[in-house]
Amino acid sequence: MSETYRLSSAGRLTPARTARFTFDGQSYSGLEGDTLASALLANGVHLVGRSFKYHRPRGILSAGAEEPNALVGIHRDAARKTPNVRATVQELYDGLTAVSQNRWPSLAFDVGEMNNIASPMFSAGFYYKTFMWPKAAWTKFYEPRIREAAGLGVAPDQPDPDRYGHCYAHCDVLVIGGGASGLAAALAAAETGCRVILADEQAQVGGALRFEAGARIDGQDGWAWAQEAAVKLATMDNVRLLTRTTAFGYYAQNMVGLVERVTEHVSAPDAAAPRERLWEVRARRVVLATGAIERHMVFADNDRPGIMLASAARAYLNHYGVAVGRNVGVYTATDSAYAAAIDLHKAGVKIAAIVDVRDAPAGPAVEEASALGIEVLVGCMVVRTGGRLRVSSIAVQPKSGGSTRVIPVDALLTSSGWTPAVHLFSQSRGKLAFDEATQRFLPGEYAQDAVSVGACNGTDDLASVIEEAVAAGEKAARESSGKKGKPVSIKAETSENWTGGMLGSIPGEDSNAKAFVDFQNDVTAKDIRLAVREGMRSIEHVKRFTTNGMATDQGKTSNMHGLAIAAETLGKPIPQVGLTTFRPPYTPVTFGALVGHARGALFEPTRRTAMHSWAESHGAVFEDVGQWKRAWYFPNPGEDMHAAVNRECKAVRTTAGIFDASTLGKIEVVGPDAAAFMELLYTNPWQKLEVGRCRYGVMLREDGFIYDDGVVGRLAPDRFHVTTTTGGAARVLNHMEDYLQTEFPDLKVWLTSISEQWAVIAVQGPKSREIIAPLVKGIDISDEAMPHMSVREGRICGVPTRLFRMSFSGERGFEINVPADYGLAVWEAVWAEGQKHDAVAYGTETMHVLRAEKGFIIVGQDTDGTVTPNDAGLDWAIGKKKSDFVGIRGLMRPDLTAKGRKQLVGLRTRDPKTVLEEGAQIVADPKQPVPMKMIGHVTSSYWSENCGHSIALALIADGRARMGERLFVPMPDKVIEVEVVSPIFFDEKGEHLHG
Amino acid sequence: MVEVARRTLALAGRHAAGEGVTVVPGEPASRISLRAPDASIAALSKALGVKLPQKPKASAASGSRMALWLGPDEWLIIDEDEADLAAALSRVRALHSAVDVSHRNLAIFVSGPNAEAVLNGGCPQDLSLEAFPVGACSRTVLGKAEIVLLRTDEQTFRVECWRSFSDYVFTFLSEAARDAA
Repeated sequence: MSETYRLSSAGRLTPARTARFTFDGQSYSGLEGDTLASALLANGVHLVGRSFKYHRPRGILSAGAEEPNALVGIHRDAARKTPNVRATVQELYDGLTAVSQNRWPSLAFDVGEMNNIASPMFSAGFYYKTFMWPKAAWTKFYEPRIREAAGLGVAPDQPDPDRYGHCYAHCDVLVIGGGASGLAAALAAAETGCRVILADEQAQVGGALRFEAGARIDGQDGWAWAQEAAVKLATMDNVRLLTRTTAFGYYAQNMVGLVERVTEHVSAPDAAAPRERLWEVRARRVVLATGAIERHMVFADNDRPGIMLASAARAYLNHYGVAVGRNVGVYTATDSAYAAAIDLHKAGVKIAAIVDVRDAPAGPAVEEASALGIEVLVGCMVVRTGGRLRVSSIAVQPKSGGSTRVIPVDALLTSSGWTPAVHLFSQSRGKLAFDEATQRFLPGEYAQDAVSVGACNGTDDLASVIEEAVAAGEKAARESSGKKGKPVSIKAETSENWTGGMLGSIPGEDSNAKAFVDFQNDVTAKDIRLAVREGMRSIEHVKRFTTNGMATDQGKTSNMHGLAIAAETLGKPIPQVGLTTFRPPYTPVTFGALVGHARGALFEPTRRTAMHSWAESHGAVFEDVGQWKRAWYFPNPGEDMHAAVNRECKAVRTTAGIFDASTLGKIEVVGPDAAAFMELLYTNPWQKLEVGRCRYGVMLREDGFIYDDGVVGRLAPDRFHVTTTTGGAARVLNHMEDYLQTEFPDLKVWLTSISEQWAVIAVQGPKSREIIAPLVKGIDISDEAMPHMSVREGRICGVPTRLFRMSFSGERGFEINVPADYGLAVWEAVWAEGQKHDAVAYGTETMHVLRAEKGFIIVGQDTDGTVTPNDAGLDWAIGKKKSDFVGIRGLMRPDLTAKGRKQLVGLRTRDPKTVLEEGAQIVADPKQPVPMKMIGHVTSSYWSENCGHSIALALIADGRARMGERLFVPMPDKVIEVEVVSPIFFDEKGEHLHG
Repeated sequence: MVEVARRTLALAGRHAAGEGVTVVPGEPASRISLRAPDASIAALSKALGVKLPQKPKASAASGSRMALWLGPDEWLIIDEDEADLAAALSRVRALHSAVDVSHRNLAIFVSGPNAEAVLNGGCPQDLSLEAFPVGACSRTVLGKAEIVLLRTDEQTFRVECWRSFSDYVFTFLSEAARDAA
């Protein structure tokens, strides 16, 4: 099909530069610089979609970001299928593939159109009233069916292969909008040398100058002036000019989110380039130059394809060289539509008639239209339209009544006036004020350092717009950067300027007609009147009841109409009914743009220890512990997890095991008051701990519950090496800093995280000393010189070490701390020695089993934030002579000392092979009726190869008084009988610690 | 019988580049996390041979040694020649806390005309020369990781991060470098 509606005499595109594209499989040709919408119109295609609820045929309403109807899918390949793209925004590229949405089996014949015939059923609030019963059917049946029938495009089902960029930026002046006002403000601000960012959503700057043929600035056509201004700005070092960039969100403290479409318009995008780039701009001053959006007329069947905004038809003609029809009608309440009629007439397009609802329109545009011989029907309204897949006629009737005249048309342009685009101003929490004279909301009180200029500020005349913008640009620059430049002079010689128009629909119209207010959500004037009749008084309620303005276009064309109809029905002035708040995003933003780099490996930092590569090459299976990857177990060939863990557990207790404990949190506490600080943060006494000795410390919260634990070594009178749980590392340091800075600021002590300074190799088992002995220098590691719970500094493998004699397994054990970069080499040396003694490498699972065999708790597993030291059997860790520590008063609360608290005990199953489920509930009598009284739960449970039976730890009410008692664990398929036992299952006397 | 264990650098062999930017890991250096009250600053400065800065975002350098202000009583001391900083400070009687973090941190250098833009891919600070001149430093974030940033010349930044975050930070910078244009 050739571009039969492209006019050779009009537009700014180059005829030779063609681009092929398809729409629903049909091939078409367009021009470089087209949008998909202009290219379709050039080919005479108006029908592009089906409406959301009624599946009514829809065309192209606008030529910009406000488009509610022309939403299509853009398909690049199997993974790149973007739904709900506005055809008026999508730039054409060679090979573009577009498909229509929400229709089946085809766009021209859509079964869903049944909804339109049955539409009396689907009035506002229909879903709320109808799908009430049965309740369960809503999620299972109604909602899925409704979503299927009423919908937009289909989300892609493959992972997004594209990259997305992300940038933070700072500037003195951010100008949003590159129309005449934005350009003038940017030029004025840039002249001072301050940092300026100008963002415009279109491919080229110019804004309304794209269609306003009558504007002349500085001696040239307005559009040409705009392009020249852009070139000037682009060459200035202090200016960043971003086109195809939408400011979608205005956040606190002048943080504005911009999304730049980098490759959406490119036929074969550079694989290295991001598809889109998110800019988070912190601006000292924001200049809002966002323009105004034309409103449609609200009348019966105003949604037929071919009915569009007058300014859009003008843009298609004056910029893209496309006639939207051959016999075009105009229906208006303001002068601006006359300009469209005049331009089309001059381009040779027949204007069937201008229907003007005003009784006595006057002014140059009206006079010119009459002078050109265009028929103007004043005081008349369009009462209905004909046509199905394209408008074919309009029926015109005087407002005062009388006979109806049907006028054939193939397109109808409408305008009811212009709505200032105050969305971003509203997002910035600025207060809007209703201007009675012009019947529009304008920026009132500002909440942030921003200024509005031009049409979004209600300034209509081009000369005034530019004057206002230049002054605002200079002022913003001066106030933000203190810089002044030479005065900027921009002169608008002629301008077009439109005020007036109407809001809502004309009284006396057929109230049963479908006069659409919100095209995207299929809301009619009747729906809004119904909402008021049903008791909605606030516009917030009307909006939610009817969904007016709640589609992805956020009611850019519909909000003011909906408000006016509600106000009229309520009999109240518009400001009393109010306007809903605009929220980000101004236009839809892809998830990809928001995610930016944070996907795949960059979704979240993955932390690996210095010995990770060794574990990997030795077949370790890893588990995630917070951000860390920890070796879970080391299966030999043919072993499953169970077999590997059994073997590892056995080996540690018979020979030795080597374990990577690097992820433990480590904090160096240094200063003359270090011991005093430790006394306050831990329950234990520290003042008398000798240098070179270690102690197991328990940390409480203020409420007396266990917060963290770990072994602490005293390296010097004023220096402690504190260890925390892996998961607690960051929060324990914060907790300590918090108390140090707020409660104990007088203490002379400082805290430094050393978690990552030291790689930690635990060597546990009877052979542990023999294994490390050949590697250690300068430390006597004999039992006499270095007993259990001691720490020494010396060297291992020739590098410095902090060597701890400690055990989380119950066996004789060492934890070798070496500077992290030496971790791997020292591990390998220890491993080589270990091989001589049949040592194994073991992972976190074996570590868990071994400590459970000894009844050692894991904070966060055997405690849950409601467990006291006494509950956990750790009373011995509380310094009895201490008068103060965090949590000491909490421990005195009656509830924490009362009888009946859950206490940590061991459980043995009657069948030794049965391993309980962690988290399982425990009852005294399994025969009692449901709901049973639960007296506790299982916190840790494993098979213990060393014991030859299963072991479990549990928190049970009065547990320590129940030793030997039989209790029951009801499971879905059976009841498991257990016996309450001591939590220490292995080596109760602790003899293994000493070899 | 034991030879000295070899050192394995977390980012050994890594290198990334984009238009107008290179990202390379730094050499090992010695580092101290130094904490001290105002009264100790003179004595510590003397012992270190570099005057501890007292203004936010300020650093000082002397030869291979740098002192980065991180907080009102906190500095990161770096010696690129791996001098024994702990020994230098051990003679200071004035109240302070010196903790060796030579292996906790590592350095990544981002340099080239687009270095600033690459860092702004994940660091929300204003890194223009006006706001972040040569010698400026700050503890800040890059994406989801904490970093210490130091501008060593107009087109070079030293990024210090913790060892286990270095893969994330380096990968992030490499990814941002692809988008630097």
